Amino acid sequence: MIDVEKIRQDFPIFEQRFKGKPLIYLDNAATSQRPNQVVDAMNKYYQVYNATIHRCVYKLGEEATNAYEEAREKVAKFINANPEEIIFVRNATEAINLVAYSWGRSNIREGDKILLTLMEHHSNIVPWQLLAKEKKAHLEFVDIDDEGLLKIDDFEKFMNEEIKFMGLVHASNVLGTINPVKEMVNYAHKNGALVLVDAAQSVPHMPVDVHEIGCDFLAFSGHKMLGPTGIGVLYGKRELLEKMNPFLGGGDMIREVHLREASWDDLPWKFEAGTSNVAGAIGLGAAVDYLNKIGMKNVREHEKELTKYALDKIVEIKGIRIYGPKDINVRGGVISFNLGDIHPHDLASILDDEGIAIRAGHHCAQPLMERLGVNGTARASFYIYNTEGEVDSLVNSLEKARKVFKL
Amino acid sequence: MSDMYAEMIIDLYRHPMNYGKLENPDIKAKDSNPICGDVIEIQIKLNKGKVKEVKFNGKGCAISQASASLLTEMIKGKKIDELKELDKKDILDALGIEIGPVRLKCALLPLKVLKMGIYSYLGSSTKAEE
Repeated sequence: MIDVEKIRQDFPIFEQRFKGKPLIYLDNAATSQRPNQVVDAMNKYYQVYNATIHRCVYKLGEEATNAYEEAREKVAKFINANPEEIIFVRNATEAINLVAYSWGRSNIREGDKILLTLMEHHSNIVPWQLLAKEKKAHLEFVDIDDEGLLKIDDFEKFMNEEIKFMGLVHASNVLGTINPVKEMVNYAHKNGALVLVDAAQSVPHMPVDVHEIGCDFLAFSGHKMLGPTGIGVLYGKRELLEKMNPFLGGGDMIREVHLREASWDDLPWKFEAGTSNVAGAIGLGAAVDYLNKIGMKNVREHEKELTKYALDKIVEIKGIRIYGPKDINVRGGVISFNLGDIHPHDLASILDDEGIAIRAGHHCAQPLMERLGVNGTARASFYIYNTEGEVDSLVNSLEKARKVFKL
Repeated sequence: MSDMYAEMIIDLYRHPMNYGKLENPDIKAKDSNPICGDVIEIQIKLNKGKVKEVKFNGKGCAISQASASLLTEMIKGKKIDELKELDKKDILDALGIEIGPVRLKCALLPLKVLKMGIYSYLGSSTKAEE
């Protein structure tokens, strides 16, 4: 088990009081908090060896370049990839857009089918809508069942209809559902489709191994895994990345530039145009170190226990409706719910008064909200620093909300 | 806070005033709050330049629903010119609660919709006179 009290000491944000109450931060699916180790690593870059990377002859530049590339190696190892298959981007959204532009625009043709699921975040829907519109391609969606699990027979039926590409979320940011990505990727490959896995909600919370999953692309963000904002990762299979055109053109991504033509640098730099987010990459590297020290299996185990504890307690609240699977083995640390006829924003306001930060709204998953038949939900999501005591406070505050709204 | 959820607000959430739709309204407008997706539509029937009937419909939080009830109640019998003068303070005074910057958007959504309706009505009636 992990030592939560010790972990909390690394996060100065928890020393603050909000309206006289300790902060109970339960919006980790949106963004995590950051430990001193991450902020310190970034400060050290800015204060001790700040320089641009890849093109400096002087010592500082060499140090900065080494630190940046070391961060890439850490990230690669974290998901069992090769460093040249790790492309630093701004966030998971940019990673998905990169694939939609660079791979999609050369490979998707009129009449092609792209398969998504009803539980995708907008970031894994809108880039494909833009592509489909431009290429006159079709989007199909795998439905979910009443438990919030993907209908696998629905998926297989679509796969037998010549799907060219699939965008698949690993763990849902609303339902918490952990999809059987390994089996689905395997099935997709047998049917000749490539698969991008949106791992924004899985890489921060459980062991993820790209070779085991076998996916062609995988996207995630640094800020949901203790790292800074503005840094994200695209993993892509080398043979695919090599054939793809660049995403953004400019400095640093070239081999040679002439007036009317240019050639590209090797992987992964071909996809990293302009001055990189050096501090961000270094911060993400420090976040990976931090998570490795705890161990991703332990992170998952902690969240599993906490989620089970929370589900057992929340389900007892009168008038509560919880969305997503009951089986904790296929559910991450995300609990979406509604309470009576209280609007999620009103719930979040009442909880805010108790120092509790939860999310309310459509969670950038409006098609899923439509499928669930709700305008929005309230959502609590956990991480390594959350405790059973905090879950108790959440439950007490939800009871208070029932009183305020006379439920 | 929990003053934000005064009894009146909860009552208006459960039992809104002027909720519904009008046939052939002279003024109508609809807008949503992109943060939460809440939607409010306001419809007005005029008589000699004054508000004869007004209804609103849509879905939203307690704050936006209470605000819509109070606003529609407030404008009954008023002249269009008077409606143009309504502002943030009128709404907050009617609600009588303290609201932070995030939830202020909920409180002011109905007023925004009303103004949209008035200006598009005035725009089209000016054109008709020309």
